[in-house]
Amino acid sequence: MKLTLKIWRQENATAKGGMQTYNLDDVSPDMSFLEMMDVLNEQLMAQGIDPVAFDHDCREGICGSCSMFINGEAHGPDRLITTCQLHMRKFNDGDTIHIEPFRAKPFPVIKDLVVDRSSFDRIQHAGGFVSVNTSGNTQDANALPIEKAAADKAFDAAACIGCGACVASCKNASAMLFVSAKVSQYALLPQGQVEATDRVLNMVKQMDEEGFGNCTNTGACEVECPKGISLENIARMNREYLSANLKG
Amino acid sequence: MGALSSSTIFRKVAMALSGLFLMIFLLQHFAINITSVFSAAVFNEVSHFMGTNPLVQFVLQPILIGGVIFHFLMGFVLEWQNKKARGIKYAVFKGSANSSWMSRNMLISGATILAFLGLHFYDFWVPEIKHKYIEFLPEDPNRYHEELVHKFEDLGRVIIYVISFFFLSLHLLHGFASSFQSVGFNNKYTPLLKFIGKLYAILIPAGFAFIAIVHYLNN
Repeated sequence: MKLTLKIWRQENATAKGGMQTYNLDDVSPDMSFLEMMDVLNEQLMAQGIDPVAFDHDCREGICGSCSMFINGEAHGPDRLITTCQLHMRKFNDGDTIHIEPFRAKPFPVIKDLVVDRSSFDRIQHAGGFVSVNTSGNTQDANALPIEKAAADKAFDAAACIGCGACVASCKNASAMLFVSAKVSQYALLPQGQVEATDRVLNMVKQMDEEGFGNCTNTGACEVECPKGISLENIARMNREYLSANLKG
Repeated sequence: MGALSSSTIFRKVAMALSGLFLMIFLLQHFAINITSVFSAAVFNEVSHFMGTNPLVQFVLQPILIGGVIFHFLMGFVLEWQNKKARGIKYAVFKGSANSSWMSRNMLISGATILAFLGLHFYDFWVPEIKHKYIEFLPEDPNRYHEELVHKFEDLGRVIIYVISFFFLSLHLLHGFASSFQSVGFNNKYTPLLKFIGKLYAILIPAGFAFIAIVHYLNN
């Protein structure tokens, strides 16, 4: 396959970036998207050009590092996958592919396609945990009976890998799907009840302080989420938030 | 309260509640207007009641106007904040791959409805206020149907009204179900609710367009 790649290049966080065009020949349809990027970088380095910086780690859809916005969609045109699980067979010979970093004010570009998603970490630190005494007397989690439906929903919410595709895909750069998944995974379980009020208040407060946009229920986040996190979680978070405010 | 009112969820819920309120108003507005097609007497009677009842005039009407202003102002504020949250725009953004046109363009449909409301107020509300509170003309319980019919003699006005109702339908096609999601309603009844929302979003604006067209044709 011969491809024309239009890629966002930005020297550093403060530099002004822009789209650069590169041509790549002999791309195998069996390559993963990141392998194609590796081949491009080999070519660039051979030409004495700075390789394209991009995030990647596990390359098996678990870590959520690979944050590329490909042809107008987070993680590209396929569904329920991360960029590392996207294969070149999804594209055609002669295609032009636009590759950009995830865009949001709270996700500043560090270099090229690498963005700083530590805003998600700060939201998580604000309340995305349960406080457990680990002095040796920890209660066995399985000793608590949990309804199967609630456990399933909690696990579904916990599948969120915090990749940021929801923010990148949302026309408003809203982080509601991510935050709601983190709120829901605890709100549905008895272990999460003790800190439920503070959790949702603190996490939403931190989300707002980071400067994410307002959710307008377009549903783009749910469609583009590599882990299929449901909008149901956002409705649950709204309920949790309203009820937490009433409790004070 | 300060922290609450500045939260994204609070704003979203406030937007949803004002939207739900306006949808209830729209339903009663349609229920009254449709009578004009079938019976001038019934329409005059109901309009006279609405136009002279102190509760409607001095309590419900200001609440309604407040709701309309709040919904529009909030819509523009949210849009501005959301644009700011993106920062640098994407070179390529394929919104059609994951969301409906209606959900992504509530500002366009909303701004069209706002422009229509300007005309609608000019057509009906301003003359009504002038009649009652500026010129203090004597009350005539039988004037309403004639005034309504008179407005739809002009084909241009009817076309503008029908186009506006089309945009109202687009706005409601997203807004109805979205309001319920915002207030936390998402459960096994959601598919049914979405179906009802689609019916409402199509039938109510189509009904308003029907009323305008029927009166034009009768003229």
